[in-house]
This record gives sequence, C-alpha cells and structure tokens, in this order.
Amino acid sequence: MQRSIVNSYELRNDFPIFRKKINGKELVYLDNASTTQKPYTVIDSITDFYSNYNSNIHRAVYQLAEEATNMYEQSRGKIANFINVRPEEIIFTRNTTESINLIAHSWARTNLKKDDVIVITEIEHHSNIVPWQILCQERGTRLEYVGIDGNGFLDLEYMIELISSRKVKMVSLSHMSNVLGTIVPIERIIKIAHEHDIPVLVDGAQSVPHMPINVKNMDCDFLVFSAHKMLGPTGVGILYAKKEYLDKMPPFMGGGDMIKEVFKFHTNYNDVPYKFEAGTPNIADVVGFSAAIEYLERIGMENIRKHEIYLTEYALESMSSLDYITVYGPRDTKYRGGVISFNIADIHPHDLATIMNDHGIAIRSGHHCAQVLMERLDVPATSRASFYIYNTKEEIDKFVNAIKEAGRIFKI
Amino acid sequence: MSDDIYREIILDHYRNPRNKGKVENADVTVHDSNPLCGDEIDIHLKVDEGVISDVKFEGKGCAISQASASMLTELVMGKDLKIVKDLKKEDMLENIGLTNLGPARIKCALLSLKVLKVSMVKYYSENDPQSAEQIRSESSLY
Repeated sequence: MQRSIVNSYELRNDFPIFRKKINGKELVYLDNASTTQKPYTVIDSITDFYSNYNSNIHRAVYQLAEEATNMYEQSRGKIANFINVRPEEIIFTRNTTESINLIAHSWARTNLKKDDVIVITEIEHHSNIVPWQILCQERGTRLEYVGIDGNGFLDLEYMIELISSRKVKMVSLSHMSNVLGTIVPIERIIKIAHEHDIPVLVDGAQSVPHMPINVKNMDCDFLVFSAHKMLGPTGVGILYAKKEYLDKMPPFMGGGDMIKEVFKFHTNYNDVPYKFEAGTPNIADVVGFSAAIEYLERIGMENIRKHEIYLTEYALESMSSLDYITVYGPRDTKYRGGVISFNIADIHPHDLATIMNDHGIAIRSGHHCAQVLMERLDVPATSRASFYIYNTKEEIDKFVNAIKEAGRIFKI
Repeated sequence: MSDDIYREIILDHYRNPRNKGKVENADVTVHDSNPLCGDEIDIHLKVDEGVISDVKFEGKGCAISQASASMLTELVMGKDLKIVKDLKKEDMLENIGLTNLGPARIKCALLSLKVLKVSMVKYYSENDPQSAEQIRSESSLY
C-alpha cells in the first residue's frame, strides 16, 4: 500500500471543529464530498477582512475600497494560477450549480437550437442534469445520456459514437463522480470532442479539491467548482471559461458592476469577467477562498491525492473483509477518488447513518443528488464515506467498527 | 442511542411488515414521500359504518419509516374513525416506542401517520367536510 506523506494528525489542529465532541466522541467527519471543514487561516481571513478592509469593490476611490478591491482581485489571480488559466477567465458565482446554470443560460441558450443534442452521463449530479432539462424544454434541444458499466466506468465507446454524430453540440460531464468516486478519462473525451468542434463543460466539484488540475493540459472549455468543497467558505463558486467564449457570451444577470455605460434604453456591458458578476459579490468569502488555496498549495495537490489514495485503499481493504457490504464503483484507486458508496445487507442508509452518529461519525446517506445514478444502480439510496486531508487511518478503523456495530444491532 | 431505537420489535416489523399490500375496493389511497430520506408510503383505507374495516400500506425506506407504518396499521385496524381522527403524533410515537428520535429521524417515524391523516381528510371531505377540516386544522404534520 502506498504511504501518505500528509500528516493528517498534525493538520487536524488547524481545524477548530475537531475540538467539538459528538455524543461524547471525537468528530469523525466523512462527508467531505458534500462540504469540507475550514482551517483557522480561512476563518481568520474572513474576520480580518470584515475587521480591517470591509468596503465595496470596483467603485470608490478611498483607501479602504482600493484595499478591498485588491484583495478580491488577488484572490481571482490566485485561483487562476491554481488551475493554470488567466485571471480574466475566472468568474465568481455562488456555487458550482450557479456556474453550470450560467453556461446553460448564457452560452447554450444563445448557441443551441431545436434538435441539437447535449451529452451528459448517468453519473451526473442533479446540478448537471436539471439546467439542461430546463433548456431542452425551452429550446427543443435534446439530452442524451452516456451510461456506465457494472464497475462504474463510463461507456466510452457510446460516448465516442455520440460525439461523432453531427447532432451533438455540447458535452457536459463530471470529472469525478460524487457517488462512485469514478475519475473519468477527461482529457481523452475532450480531445475527441474537440476533433468534432464540440465544447466540453467539466464539472470539477469533486476533482478540483482533490487532485492537481491543469486546465492548459486538460483543455476543457468550461470548468466549474465550489470553494466550500476545498476548505473555503460557502457561497463562492467558480466558473472558468475560455476567453473566446466569454467574449461572445451575453450576460447572465443585469445590474451594477457588469456595465460600462447605462442609457435609458440600452447598456454597454463591462469587460470580461466583470460582465458576468452583476451586483455586489461575496467579497469576504472570495478573500477567504484565497486563504484556502494557500493552505492547499502548502500541502500540495499531488500529496493530497496520494493521501486520499492511501485512505481509500485502506478503507476498501478493511470493508472487503465484511461479506455483507456491497461497495459501488471502481476498485482500482487509479480511477477512483476518496469517495466510497456502499450498502450493508438490508440496513437502510439512514439507519446506518443514525448508528454512525452514535459514534461521532458523520457519513452521508441518501441519493446524493444523483437520482439518475441511483436508478441505474437499482438502489433507493446508498451510504457514502468521503475523505480529505484531515482524515486518518484510525478514523477509518472507527468507521469500519461502527459498520460492525450496525451489523450487531440489526442482527446480520 | 441506536440500541434503544432498533429494538427487536422494530426490526421484526421492518423485516416482517404487517398489513403490507393493497386493499381491494379501497375507499381512499394516499401516497407521500419524505424528500430528505426518500422514504415512501402508500396507505389504502377501507371504511365501513364509521369503522376502519381494512388498512394496508405499501412503501420502501428505512427501518423506522417502514416499521412504524406496519405498527400504525395494527394500531388502527378495526378502530372507530372518530377515535383514529384524534390520534396525536405523541400517542403514535409512544405507542410504537420511538420517543427518543432526533428532529431528522422523527419525520421517518411520522410519515405513515401523516399519510393516514391525509387519507382520512380525503375520506371525510366527501361526506363530512367538518371532520375533514378538524383533522386538517389539528394536525401540525402538514
């Protein structure tokens, strides 16, 4: 088994929440695919902003406003650098969901017409399904799904077949499944799509926080992710889009900051990226996100990926000794992130999550906003454990012991 | 804690549900689900001369939602509708022995009662709108 060089025991001291006791037990937080905990540096940077720099940005000429504007724009620069793109290609939204909606509303609505096909997959989160359904109802475009095999791998052959048909005008897919952990061969799919001049939107909500991402190598046209899944605050989403797209896209929302000049009956819009950031943005949390990126960069994304491979392999191995557990998704951690969905005999995931909570363990239970995938797996729900930098081998032992305890309570 | 919730009787009703299935010529059938959990319950109700002559449920979900539905059908089978009409959620939880649930899981335990109450509202709304309104106003479930 690969070893981890991330000292998660030491890192835990950076996160105030781990001082909290749940039912008298130490918190074992295994719901990181949903949202992650925040280190002091992130929490402090938000307090620091409100205490020392609070003012609105891009407007006033006094010192405070200049400082706040600089902090906000420096954060944009840091995020751009983190995924290797230009700052003007980074748009701040509320979350991944809003980023996808922005593309559906602005780019897709103006570029797709009746009978054009949008390709998505069976592993998508509802946020990468519903915006396209809304568009289809409005424009008469059509949705096509690429399925998965029994191990949770995409049916690439069908994907290629679809892309080669002339009807397809857009591909939108998860880089990593929030349920199965499957990491899809994204660069290959993008390369094939580009051979047919089809733009690709990559939902990086689960991948960007957990592995090195270089957009220049990946060559996606759109990349979306959320700050709160990578140690940052809630309320900040990122949309990366190639500048050639952003320049041609109409605004998403109208209002302050997205304008150059407003006349009685028309408006000249601001330059990219400001054209897509109407109204006062979430300044303090954008600044807080910058501190989260600094924290992640100090550890190194390659090391984070290795740490999660180490934990996932250990968990999969420990769980495989219990024959009443069904684990979904790829077995090989080369193709799987730190997300494990599973079911235990006839114990419903909600009952398991209740028992886990007795032990201070937070796991997710339910459909994980992926009902299309649940239908494909033919289960109403799954339990899910998902890992991050602060999780330890001992926590996985506690998690597996709690599974055994559930087996005892349910007399399996 | 979980040992107090998942007692023998709950597991028994979960794995061997009573009165599960459909009712021939049911007077009312009502379906509802718990969006948080995805628990689903259908209740089929047949009333003869003011008495619940048959009640069955169909559903899927967690042990708490399914066992409590099974126990609820046993509780109200053959009872006068006037008595069932006044069944409070506290009585129901007491009766099935689940008084120690947190706010998230209590919804699982009460889903079947909610569906039963809606069934009665639907039944009464045709021949006794006053009782229908009474159930609706007294129930804080919906």
